[in-house]
Amino acid sequence: MKTILDKEQLHLTILRLAHQLLENNISLADVVFIGIQPRGVQVGSKLIAAIGQIAPFEKLQYGILDITFYRDDVRDELHVANTTHIPFSIEGKKVVLIDDVLYTGRTIRAALDAIQDFGRPQKVELCVLVDRRFNRELPIQPDYCGKAIDSVISQKVKVEWDKEAVVLY
Amino acid sequence: MQLSTKHLLGIKDLTREDISLILSTATQFKEVLQRSVKKVPSLRDVTIVNLFYENSTRTRISFELAEKRLGADTINFSASASSVTKGETLLDTVNNILSMKVDMVVLRHSASGAPHFLAKHIPAAIINAGDGINEHPTQALLDALSIQEKLGSLEGKKIVLVGDIMHSRVALSNIYLLNKMGAEVMVAGPPTLIPKYIKEALNVKVEYDIKKALAWCDVANVLRIQLERQNQVLFSSLREYNLAFGISKKLLDSLKKEIVIMHPGPINRGVEIDSDVADCNQSIILQQVENGVAVRMAALYLLAGNKTNG
Repeated sequence: MKTILDKEQLHLTILRLAHQLLENNISLADVVFIGIQPRGVQVGSKLIAAIGQIAPFEKLQYGILDITFYRDDVRDELHVANTTHIPFSIEGKKVVLIDDVLYTGRTIRAALDAIQDFGRPQKVELCVLVDRRFNRELPIQPDYCGKAIDSVISQKVKVEWDKEAVVLY
Repeated sequence: MQLSTKHLLGIKDLTREDISLILSTATQFKEVLQRSVKKVPSLRDVTIVNLFYENSTRTRISFELAEKRLGADTINFSASASSVTKGETLLDTVNNILSMKVDMVVLRHSASGAPHFLAKHIPAAIINAGDGINEHPTQALLDALSIQEKLGSLEGKKIVLVGDIMHSRVALSNIYLLNKMGAEVMVAGPPTLIPKYIKEALNVKVEYDIKKALAWCDVANVLRIQLERQNQVLFSSLREYNLAFGISKKLLDSLKKEIVIMHPGPINRGVEIDSDVADCNQSIILQQVENGVAVRMAALYLLAGNKTNG
């Protein structure tokens, strides 16, 4: 087991991502944040809290999206669905998808499909806490990345929120 | 997590966990049905045939909608417009359809046990959409979802099934389901329409006085008199049945509390339920229909994704 980000690094990383998101968006009025169920939601809420602290005057729109019904392996393995809650329109908005670990890219592929069913965004960006590069099975790359790591398929990356650390098994 | 069965033949075969899984999945599908695009691509590689050997409005339409909203390809078959009228058997008909590469079968049949018979002979997953006087599992599931939405949970709730218990598959499926989920069940109606040993066999309360039954319950699920299945006279007239067991506004107003009124449809207004009761705001009859699509999407999705298939 190897710690990729400890408590302090995790905190700093989230803070940096929040700053980068603010830096790239002069106004957040046309930006919506969507955390991907189940684990992207925790990253999302931390990130939203951090942005809220840096820019308390901004009204942040944050939704959660479950991609179970859009998976490409529905018939191979049964996945239990989680809640989707997007209480705003994404039509013409800039959507920032948030997830914990970017690995094969299949979850993001499904999320891109799912987003289309809610409207036509002006732009979609991807923000991840950990990028397992060289493991991609689809041409998908993050726009905001907490930490890029090299890992092999047999390894597992896990964000442990109770211990506030990211570890590699 | 997955269902413990390959087919959905009846609530009798399901575990409490299966029922909870179907209901929680249905809740997620309800959210999908609120979106501007009410469709997900989960079953786009699945072909489903709806075999209806008996007439149906709600069940057939909602199964078809559920299938389409999951992205599945569907074929509709009704016995009256097919070679069944030329003498083809059920098994032959199904085998012919399956040879055209169909993955799942939704079956309604007037013979009890027809889907169980098919399940023994064909490899496809089967969903029972009502078989004779046996079971109608998706109806019980959508009733459960409707009660759960209205009252928060099923555990400890008091539900009375009113009317033709003897010939109602909705009643049997509801009894199995409600018992498994920890609700209290009572059946009420004329003695001729309630099976003699139902109290011992299915662990339900029996009440012949409609007013006492309504005073006891939180929810009254009013069932249609299944005249097409009654081959002997079991009560003198529909009018007399209405006077003795019909749910009227006056009867409801005489209760000290507000109960929830349900009906699986089709309604015979003025027989088992009066018009003003069916349309009052205690009635959740149309919510039941709405939940039907979500529950059937959940059942189809969970069965198609079940690894034990194929």
